[in-house]
Amino acid sequence: MRILACLKQVPEKDSRYKIDDTATGIREEDLVFETNESDVYALEEALRLKEKLGGEVVVLSLGEERVLKTIKSGLAMGADSALHLTDPAFRGSDAFVIATSIARAISDQNFDVIFTGVQSEDMAFAQTGTILAQLLGWSHATIVMEVNVSEDGKNARVKRELESNLFEVVEIPLPAVLTIQSGINQPRYATLKGIMQAKKKGIRTLSAQDLGLKNSQLGSMGSVVDHQKMFFPEKKKKTVILEGTPEEAARTLMERLHKERCFSRWPSAERNSLCLARFWF
Amino acid sequence: MPEETLALVKGGSFLIQETSPEDVFTPEDFTEEHRMIAQTAQQFMENEVLPRIEEMENKEEGINEDLLRKAAEIGLVSAAIPEQYGGAGLDQISTTIVSEKTGLYGSFATTFGAHAGIGTLPIIYFGTEQQKAKYLPRLATAEWIAAYALTEAESGSDALAAKTTAVLSPDGKHYILNGTKMWITNAGFAQVFITFAKVDGEKFSCFIVERNFPGASTGAEEHKMGIRGSSTRTLILENAEVPVENVLGEIGRGHLIAFNILNFGRFKLGASAVSGIKYVTNEAIRYARERHQFGKAIIDFGAIQHKLAEMAVRIFCAESMVYRTVGMIDTAMRSIDQSSPLATTEILKAIEEYAVECSIIKVANSEILDFIVDEAVQIYGGYGYSQDYPVERCYRDARINRIFEGTNEINRLLITGMLLKRAMKGQLPLTAAARNVLNEILSFPSLEEEQNDLLSGERRILTNCKKTLLLAAGVAVQKHRDSISDQQEVLSLLSDLVIAIFAMESMLLRVLKGIARYGASKLEIQIKAVQICVHSALPEVENKAKQILAAVSEGDELRTQLAALRRFTKNTPLNLISLRQAIAQKLKEEGKYFLS
Repeated sequence: MRILACLKQVPEKDSRYKIDDTATGIREEDLVFETNESDVYALEEALRLKEKLGGEVVVLSLGEERVLKTIKSGLAMGADSALHLTDPAFRGSDAFVIATSIARAISDQNFDVIFTGVQSEDMAFAQTGTILAQLLGWSHATIVMEVNVSEDGKNARVKRELESNLFEVVEIPLPAVLTIQSGINQPRYATLKGIMQAKKKGIRTLSAQDLGLKNSQLGSMGSVVDHQKMFFPEKKKKTVILEGTPEEAARTLMERLHKERCFSRWPSAERNSLCLARFWF
Repeated sequence: MPEETLALVKGGSFLIQETSPEDVFTPEDFTEEHRMIAQTAQQFMENEVLPRIEEMENKEEGINEDLLRKAAEIGLVSAAIPEQYGGAGLDQISTTIVSEKTGLYGSFATTFGAHAGIGTLPIIYFGTEQQKAKYLPRLATAEWIAAYALTEAESGSDALAAKTTAVLSPDGKHYILNGTKMWITNAGFAQVFITFAKVDGEKFSCFIVERNFPGASTGAEEHKMGIRGSSTRTLILENAEVPVENVLGEIGRGHLIAFNILNFGRFKLGASAVSGIKYVTNEAIRYARERHQFGKAIIDFGAIQHKLAEMAVRIFCAESMVYRTVGMIDTAMRSIDQSSPLATTEILKAIEEYAVECSIIKVANSEILDFIVDEAVQIYGGYGYSQDYPVERCYRDARINRIFEGTNEINRLLITGMLLKRAMKGQLPLTAAARNVLNEILSFPSLEEEQNDLLSGERRILTNCKKTLLLAAGVAVQKHRDSISDQQEVLSLLSDLVIAIFAMESMLLRVLKGIARYGASKLEIQIKAVQICVHSALPEVENKAKQILAAVSEGDELRTQLAALRRFTKNTPLNLISLRQAIAQKLKEEGKYFLS
C-alpha cells in the first residue's frame, strides 16, 4: 500500500494571537507552531495501516521552511519519506488552492489511500481533504472514527461520526481520501531512535513551478475564499454591581432580568449582554 | 550533535579567563533533533507520568517499573547506552535534555536517574565487554532496573569510610560481601546494584550485585519527607556471593567509579531541577493570575511580581549553567576516539575535568529549586500548605536535592578544594592570576574607560567579581597555606563566590550570544534578567568577600584589602524593582515562564 498522510502546521493551542497589519490574517512572528492535532491521528492511522498491510507511508506538508519541523516529526514517528510543497506564492492560499497543489504533487504517485485530519485548528474549514478527493476523482469519507481496509487493499470499511451521538459505517472503494477525527487512536511517540533515523530519510521539495502552477492559480488570486477581515469577537459582557441591601439588590436584579427579557422563551440578543450580577454583602 | 564546533575549555578556567559568547553552548543551539527529543520526553512525562502521581505517592506497586519500561520503549532510558548494546548512543546534550524533562515529577526523576544515570553509567564506562553484553541490553529495555548503593549508616559524605567488606572465597570464584547500604533508590525493584566494598577490609572496590545472588536482600521501604513515589530501602549483604567476574573496574580503584559517577549524578540532578522549577513557576503564575484579593489578581501586586520575576530569573540562570556545562562535557567527549583502548581513561579525565562545574550546578540548582518551591508555596498562601495543590508536594520533594549526591556542604568544600588542588599542581594558573590581583591592589588604580555598550556594565561587574574572588582566595591561601582545607567556613564562602561568578557569566554569555544572533530587541526581557542577576549578586559577593578578608587579615593589611574590595565592587545600582516589574508583567501576559 502506498499511503499519504497530509500534515498541516498550525499555531500552538494556547497561542496569543495578534491580527496582522492587513487585518485579514494573524501575525506569525511571535507564534510557536505545532502539527495540527487531528493530522497526528491521521498519521497514526496511516502508520497502523502500513503495519497491517505493508507498504510505505509518505508525509506531506505545505508551507515555508518552518513546516520542516512538522515533516521531521512525522518522519520521526515512522513515516518513510516526505514531500514538502513550498513556494512564496503559496502564501494566502485557501483550501481549494492547497488541495489543488497536493493533487498536482501526487498525481503520478499511485497512492492507495490519503489520510488528512478532519480539520485544521487554525482556520477550521474542514475542506482540504474533500476538495482533494474531488480533484483526484476519488471516493472520500469525512469525520472518520475507525478504518478497516480489506486484505486485498481494494475497499475500506469506515465508521463516521454523525450528529447526536450517531455513527454510520460505510464501505468505500480505494483509492480514497479519509479525513480523521481527533482522539480515535493513541498516536505513538517519536522514539529517540526514530528521531535520529529521520535525519536520513528523504524529503522531496516541490515548488509551484514543479507542480505546473502559475501565480494566478495560487495565493489569494487563486483562492475561491476572499478573506475580507479578521477580528477578535467584541466583548459584549459587562459586570453590573447592584447596590443596596440584599433585598433591594435582589429586587433590582429581578426587575433587570424581566426588562432584559431573560425569562422569555427564546434567547434574545440582549440576554447575552447581561452577565452575572455580583453582590456585595 | 551541535552544529557548530565549540572550543575545548579547561574546567574551572572560567575564573581566570574571558570566555567568548560563541564558545558557550546554550539551549538556543539545540538542533532539530534535540528539540524533538525534548518534545518526546515532555509528552512522555505529561501523558504517562503526571496522571499517575497520586498512585505513585500512595506507593502502589509496579508503577515505577511500568513507567521505566514505557520510557525504555521510547528510548529515553537507553539514550546514553551505546547502540551495540541496544541503546540510542546519543550525545551528552540529548541525555541531559532527557534528564531535564524527567524532573517534572521529583519521584520519577529520582527513579529514572538512579536507573539510567548512576545505576547504568558505571557499567557503560567501567564494564568489561562481558559485563556490558550481559547487563546493558537488559538495562536498556528496563527489563532489569539498576540502583547505585554507596552510602552506609555511618558513611555518608565520608564514603570511603565504608564498612562493607569483600573477601575472596576459598575457591577463588566469588567475593563474599558483608555490610548494609542505606537510602538506596530503586531498591524495592532493582535487579542490579552497583555497590562498593573493601576487599580484605582496605581495598575500596566496586561490584555488580544482582538481587537474586545468595545473601543479597533489601529492607523495608523508608518513610520519607518527599519523593514518596520513589522506592528507598537498605541493601543488605549477608555473606552475599558475588562472582569474581562481577568486580567492576579494578580492585582497590572503586573510588574512581564512585566519585566520577557522582559527578554525572550531580550534573544530572541540576539538569532535572530545571524542569521542576519551570513547572512550579508556571503553576504559581497561573494561580497568581486567577487568585483575586482586594479586587484584583494577586499577580498585579508588586510583592507577588517581585517573587515571580526572581523565580523566572533563577530558572534562566539554572538552565544557562546546565547547558553551558554540558556543551563543555560534550565537546570533550567528542574529541575522544571511542575505539581507542585508552578511551575509558580519556572519558574519565573528561568527566573529572568538569567536576567543579558539576558540583556548582548541583549546589546552585538544588538551592534555586528550594527557593522557587518555597516562593511558590508562599504565593499560594494557605492553599500552598494544603495537599490539594501540587506545590505542597513539590516543596517536600525538592528538599532532598540539597542532601543526596553529596550534600551541598560537601560540594561547596569540593568546589574550592578541587580548584586549589589544580592551582597547586599547576594545572590551572589560579596562583598567578591571584598574584596579579594582589599586585594590582598595591598599584595606583587605573582609570577605566566607561563603556556604554549593551551589558558592558554587567561585564565589568563580572570581571571585578572574579578579581574579588582571586583577592579573597589569594589572601586566604597566603594566610592558611597547607591548613586551608581545615577552614571550612572560608572555603564555603569562596565557593559561593565561584558559584555566583559561574551563574552570572553563564547567563551573560547566553544573552550576548542571543543578541548577536537575534538582535537585542528580541531579548529585552532576558537582558533585564541578566541585569537583575548580576546587580543582585554583586553586593552578595562583596559581603562574603568581606567576611573572608576579616577572618584572615587584620590591621593595615585588612584596610588595604578592603579598599581594593571597595574598588572592585563599586557600582551605581540599577532600578531592579522596575526591571522585575517588567519581567512580571510579561509573565502575566504570557501566562507562563517564557524566557527560553
